[in-house]
Amino acid sequence: MGTGILLSASADVDFMIHGIFQYEIFGQKVWITTTHVCLLIVMGIIMIFCLLANRAVKRATEVPGAFQNVVELIVEMLDNMIKGVMGKNGPAFANYIGILFMFILLSNISGLFGLRPPTADYGVTLALGLISFTLIHFNKFKHQKVSGVIKGLCDPWPFWAPINMIGDIAVPISLSLRLFANVLSGTVMMALVYGLLGWIATVWPAALHVYFDLFSGAIQTYVFTMLTMTYISDAIGD
Amino acid sequence: MEFNENFILGCSAIGAGLALIAGIGPGVGQGIAAGHAAAAVGRNPGAKSEITSTMLLGQAVAETTGLYGLLIGMILLFVQPLVP
Repeated sequence: MGTGILLSASADVDFMIHGIFQYEIFGQKVWITTTHVCLLIVMGIIMIFCLLANRAVKRATEVPGAFQNVVELIVEMLDNMIKGVMGKNGPAFANYIGILFMFILLSNISGLFGLRPPTADYGVTLALGLISFTLIHFNKFKHQKVSGVIKGLCDPWPFWAPINMIGDIAVPISLSLRLFANVLSGTVMMALVYGLLGWIATVWPAALHVYFDLFSGAIQTYVFTMLTMTYISDAIGD
Repeated sequence: MEFNENFILGCSAIGAGLALIAGIGPGVGQGIAAGHAAAAVGRNPGAKSEITSTMLLGQAVAETTGLYGLLIGMILLFVQPLVP
């Protein structure tokens, strides 16, 4: 790799994914990378939160305590968002959309805590996009039946089907690339600021963190879940 | 004709810079969307939250083309597919 010339100004600009541990499976070399580690940390935080929330809800009191209040706030907010977009189909998908929202939000924000955001790895966002894609098409076949799907493919004219098919395949790609590129651009920008400016970057990068990690991350989370919900309710029809 | 690696890297950097011209389009588009949203809030202040969420969604979708340009730039700079 000839990265030396482009980055010769600074050896400490670092936003790449690093391999930690290598092993072989079915003759393929596979790496455990920093993405896996950050992913596990994010998942652990969500797990712990869920266990605590479960305990708090089981011992729910009439006048909610502090933690129960937070849990109710989060669940209510997610429920309202889902009901607002999907209407009566909402409750069936509240689980998936809710956990998707929490996972992507925490992943994007994890840049604040010094982790490399897991969503800045295309492997993670493509997986999320493919899960959404599967859900969309499963519901399409379930609710519109095969005849409806074929009718939808041949929408204006029958020979338009290949173009409609490309449009369907583009959905997970554009969903995942949007999230990936947004988070990656934030990560690269922060790495450049910290790597190139040295001691000048002391306090004011906090403002950049607020924009790139919090604002951009929250917007992209909202957009990903919103688009998934829109596509699913499109697939279900009415 | 043979080119050395530094020449190809320099051209890749120029190409990455040119790819980011794609950022102009989303900028103009997002500005138009934000302007119309502001006008809509002025006409109907009661629907502010709905208008804001619609605007953000539309802007994020419009942003995608710019992000594709960014990805091309990143790939040219850091993956370096043109270097033999």
